[in-house]
Amino acid sequence: MTDASNIIISVKGLKTAFGDFVVHENLDLDVREGEIIAVVGGSGTGKSVLMRTILGLNPAREGAIRVFDTDILKADERDLHEVDLQVGVLFQSGALFSSMTVLENVLAPVREHLSLPWELQRDLGAMKIAMVGLPRDAANKFPSELSGGMRKRAGLARALAMDPKLVFLDEPTAGLDPIGAAKFDELIVSLKDSLGLTVFIITHDLDTLYAASDRVAVLADRKVIAVGPLDEVRETPHPWIQEYFSGPRGRAALKSNGTVSGRMPEKSDGS
Amino acid sequence: MNAPGFIREERDDTIFVRVEGDWILENGLGRIDKALRQLSMDSLNQNLIIDLDGLGLIDTTGAMMLQRTMRHCGKRESLTDLLHGFQGGNGRQRKLIERAASVLEDCPVDAPRPSQFIILLDRVGRSAENMIADGLAITSFLGQTLVTLVRVLSQPKKLRMTSLVHHMEESGLNATLIVGLMSFMIGAVVAFMGAKILSQFNASIFTVELIGISVLREFGVLLTAILIAGRSGSAYTAQLGSMNLNEEIDAMRVIGIDPMEALVVPRVLAMVLVLPALAFIAAMLGLLGGALVSWTVMDISPALFLTRTQDAIVIENFFVGLVKAPFFAFVIAVIGCYQGMSVEGSSENLGKRTTMSVVQSLFLVIVIDAMFAILFLELDI
Repeated sequence: MTDASNIIISVKGLKTAFGDFVVHENLDLDVREGEIIAVVGGSGTGKSVLMRTILGLNPAREGAIRVFDTDILKADERDLHEVDLQVGVLFQSGALFSSMTVLENVLAPVREHLSLPWELQRDLGAMKIAMVGLPRDAANKFPSELSGGMRKRAGLARALAMDPKLVFLDEPTAGLDPIGAAKFDELIVSLKDSLGLTVFIITHDLDTLYAASDRVAVLADRKVIAVGPLDEVRETPHPWIQEYFSGPRGRAALKSNGTVSGRMPEKSDGS
Repeated sequence: MNAPGFIREERDDTIFVRVEGDWILENGLGRIDKALRQLSMDSLNQNLIIDLDGLGLIDTTGAMMLQRTMRHCGKRESLTDLLHGFQGGNGRQRKLIERAASVLEDCPVDAPRPSQFIILLDRVGRSAENMIADGLAITSFLGQTLVTLVRVLSQPKKLRMTSLVHHMEESGLNATLIVGLMSFMIGAVVAFMGAKILSQFNASIFTVELIGISVLREFGVLLTAILIAGRSGSAYTAQLGSMNLNEEIDAMRVIGIDPMEALVVPRVLAMVLVLPALAFIAAMLGLLGGALVSWTVMDISPALFLTRTQDAIVIENFFVGLVKAPFFAFVIAVIGCYQGMSVEGSSENLGKRTTMSVVQSLFLVIVIDAMFAILFLELDI
């Protein structure tokens, strides 16, 4: 696999807190280039806070975070801007701009950073919309006219608009039906394979772990208690991990996905 | 990074294109977009071969543009596979280009735009239709509110006291300071105006009448209503609107709670109860402001001001002002609640509805005020 020099995100000794409430303490996590890392953990363990802190949306008390060799906690505006250009984020509910159509949403980052002829913008937007598996007529719809799954796909299309190297997905399959969720997992894997993305997924979804993740990081007790391939992590004796993977849902997911932490066969996404 | 580009060579009936540089979006793909379209047009009836050996980096946009050139909106026939017509290139490049073929759109056609005049007519028609529909909907909501109000008042158990008191505090008590301060200053301003103009006619003593009539009859209640429409009417819309977006109102209906009874009636009733009180405070503080300025600027002593007010200003003026307050309050609260309950879709709609709530309630407050003016004129009060 990739060696240590290809670490895209490196979090060392992170401490975050809201007032007296400590969310993370002494948290270490490395994300390697070209992998899909899934972050799991119980509700309230600070998965989203970790993502927001890595993105620079949330201040950290202690520690160091490096993304693409830029120290997020010490960098100035311009360096952060450089990092932002290479990062795409899909927020939990899509976070689409409600006053814009899907096409305008997808093009928003492109229009902000580049000036392109309108024809190319249109082609580019149509391509990204097709890439995430949305029907063509979705382009001119407003977010309020879309279903939850379509909104997530549109959010992903916007996250991918600038061809980022690193994509953050906050619970991408939450609220989707199982078929839609499985398709979304496939989509993420196929995008990762064809675009060489590094993907940071926050999830509760055991099926996503089996179907899409290369490595799993488990958040509990304010830090990452285990990180590695799924099969390894599953063997960790920590009680939360045991309960998570051996509970009824964990066993069901294991049964339907086999023992190998491999992925589903890649399918071309219907378009 | 090297700028993207291509070299075009024609041999017999085949166009060879050698691709060069890094085909990355930020690297200036926009600059060669037009030339590529031209190439695609020119080569439509010839064979096209795109050689990828000189290609550096490529992203999805670059891949899409190459495939678009090759496929020309699906018009180029005899393409056998997804990479037909491409030569060379490494695995990753070929994979991206192959993938781009499946997400390529047919040439989109921009819908023809109707003429500006038609658009104008269309918008005028739509707004007129909306206005009528809105008017009907407000009337219907008004009726519904009245029915619920009567039902609740006839069964006082159904009245939600906690909610009522809460809204009386929110829209009444918490607004006293701003309402009082505003009318105090309005009274002072009117007094200054009177001092300046009336003294030219040696009639500065009539400032008392000016202040008394204007503040008691109009300014006190009208400005209070305007302030409350902006402050509390809009708050009603925002509260009910966000509850609506959050499906809270649907949840209430399903649980069996009538939102009209639980949300609208306490708000309307609270507003109707507190606005007259606020208008009274406004009238008194307006007089105080006027008296203070009369005293300092024109040497009309407070005692004189008071007796003159009692003598010259008939008490009707005071009641004429206050009697309007509950009507204003009712309209402001009903419009605020109506707009809040009508929010749908997105938070953008919520913002629009909040603005509309303020505009409509201000408009209606002024209309009602004018109607009262005519009524009192006819009644000779």
